[in-house]
Amino acid sequence: MWDYSEKVREHFFNPRNAGLLDGANGVGDVGSIKCGDALRLMLKVDPDSEKIVEAGFQTFGCGSAIASSSALTEIIKGKTLDEALKVSNQDIADYLDGLPPEKMHCSVMGREALQAAVANYRGEVWKDDHEEGALICKCFAVDAVLIEEVVRVNSLTTVEQVAHFTKAGGGCASCHEGIEEILAKVSKEACTAPTAATKPTPASVAAAAPAAAPKLTNFQRIRKIEETVEAIRPMLQRDHGDIEIVEIDGKNIYVNLKGACVGCMMEAATLNGIQTKLVEALGEFVRLLPAAMLGKAQ
Amino acid sequence: MNDAPIYLDNNATTACDPAVVSAMLPFFTEQFGNPSSMHSFGNKVGFALKEARAKVQALLGAEHDSEIVFTSCGTESDSTAILSALKAQPERNQIITTAVEHPAILTLCEYLEKEGYAITRLGVDKRGRLDMDEYKAALGPRTAIVSAMWANNESGTIFPVEQMAELAHAAGAQFHTDAVQAVGKIAIDLKKTKIDMLSLSGHKLHAPKGVGVLYLRRGTRYRPLLRGGHQERGRRAGTENAASIVGLGVACEQAQQQMAFENTAVKRLRDRLEAGILAQVPRCFPTGDVTNRLPNTSNIAFEFIEGEAILLLLNKAGIAASSGSACTSGSLEPSHVMRAMGIPYTAAHGTTRFSLSRYNTESEIDRVIAAVPPIIAQLRKISPYWGEKGPVEKPEDAFAPAYA
Ligand SMILES: Cc1ncc(COP(=O)(O)O)c(C=O)c1O
Ligand code: FES
Repeated sequence: MWDYSEKVREHFFNPRNAGLLDGANGVGDVGSIKCGDALRLMLKVDPDSEKIVEAGFQTFGCGSAIASSSALTEIIKGKTLDEALKVSNQDIADYLDGLPPEKMHCSVMGREALQAAVANYRGEVWKDDHEEGALICKCFAVDAVLIEEVVRVNSLTTVEQVAHFTKAGGGCASCHEGIEEILAKVSKEACTAPTAATKPTPASVAAAAPAAAPKLTNFQRIRKIEETVEAIRPMLQRDHGDIEIVEIDGKNIYVNLKGACVGCMMEAATLNGIQTKLVEALGEFVRLLPAAMLGKAQ
Repeated sequence: MNDAPIYLDNNATTACDPAVVSAMLPFFTEQFGNPSSMHSFGNKVGFALKEARAKVQALLGAEHDSEIVFTSCGTESDSTAILSALKAQPERNQIITTAVEHPAILTLCEYLEKEGYAITRLGVDKRGRLDMDEYKAALGPRTAIVSAMWANNESGTIFPVEQMAELAHAAGAQFHTDAVQAVGKIAIDLKKTKIDMLSLSGHKLHAPKGVGVLYLRRGTRYRPLLRGGHQERGRRAGTENAASIVGLGVACEQAQQQMAFENTAVKRLRDRLEAGILAQVPRCFPTGDVTNRLPNTSNIAFEFIEGEAILLLLNKAGIAASSGSACTSGSLEPSHVMRAMGIPYTAAHGTTRFSLSRYNTESEIDRVIAAVPPIIAQLRKISPYWGEKGPVEKPEDAFAPAYA
């Protein structure tokens, strides 16, 4: 049996705003019958204020899918469309006092339905690039599609690297066999592809990168560091953490990890992973250090 | 009104019979000896194991008591059987199994496939039946072992394993059957068959969890999985789980006495339950081979709703059942058994298994028949595939989500 919170149970047994919503002027259908989750979110939006006056849903899905849908409608009622779009899947999960890792996709589906419904109201076409794979790492709710993509894009070759980039495998370690299988699959593809005769090792990637990257101006370099860190923040925020840049001093970049990142067993791994990304983006070696070390490091 | 919980999930596990529990208790206290020891502490336990072995032998109709090897569970028996056949016949590299086996077989086969073994998975028709011609065509000189379950844990469908064993032998291959669900519900007389190996698991027949049996026909080439001490004649090392083995013995003895009851009284309750639900709930159907299945199992597909949601509401009403939906397993796809039978996704996610035991009563079944229809109606009311009066026209078109 899943370890559902009281709140999840309560929203499942007494879903709010369930059923067809008459006079809806924004409708978002997402999900997949194959995977057993499908959600229709219906919004009644006041055209003048763009406020969501009423929200309703229909769900084909499990307990947490129904509870997530119910929670979503409660959260967004009374909000303007722009405010509503700021609701993240983590907000939905938080509203329900958390979801089991296997069920986080239910909250993701809620957020996507919201985007789809708003797009529908505004007469836009909503295109989803979301693809979901089998859950590999239960400790950090990371699925196979994400791991495979990260492995491919970053030419990762070890389980440790995967943990740095995605967190997968950084907890109880019971998913390492699954991660190794993905690594083997990707490396096999790389080996048989006619263009890539040799499997790139991390060292050769790092060594080759600086040569390829054109020299950046100081300003461009700072912008690049900012952009890279900015791109990582949503991943940290998903886990209630955050990061801010405090100072850039030559090859040393000082940052503050915030929220849940502080003291998390993944803190060192997180810094490592971000550092790897910065090295790649800048094409030069940099060190990512906690702000507490400002003035102490050489 | 009586609202004690109703347990209809006996294919998942069963309650220990009180007689089983009381037979076990002394083996936690005064009868703690190691059966291998020379002194009287161990000796008595040794006799108790011998007695238990004889009871298992009787239920299975095995020719010799030495053909009974105690293991830690059904899964261990399954793994031991398949790995033994491969190790003992290195010149053969093919395994034939079915697409609807328990993960204890399928996951092992997936692993062996990566190791280079050839795996043939026989498909089933929409009632869950094998095609014997396909099976015959798959058998060949490289077939090391055929493993087919006696009865399916989800649908209860029974496979013709005795006939399959004959065919396997004709091809020089070993035959194993996972009879975890069948033992105690179907009369078995192994000495009259060509079955080489059979797995059973204690907790499916009112014995405790964590004890199983591998039946190993005398003369079958065998390589142990666990090597070590001389327990089980060296075929399964490790100090015996004496208390559980004694419990399993009692459970087998009882199963033999209750076999007729299972196939009359329990079957009648199952049929009553199924007919009662089908009569009241629109758009639902029983899955599997309904004319050739376990007497205690009814697996009903409720269209356009999802199984976990059904289970949660049933649970709230005090009814325990199980489902083939993706969500209950944490996987992305609904039950491989339902998919193998070609049940569409709109129904496969809503399959609900009711599995009875000899402890269920008529009044319990009547309570379930009354509880199910409103639960199904409640979930359909919020399903995007269900309209005011029934399924929306062409449900796949009416609701076409953005990714599929
Ligand atoms: C058909 C079948 N095989 C094997 C098993 C596994 O048995 P055990 O839980 O004793 O390992 C089960 C039980 O879930 C089963 O139903
Ligand atoms: S499951 Fe991946 S680290 Fe625990």
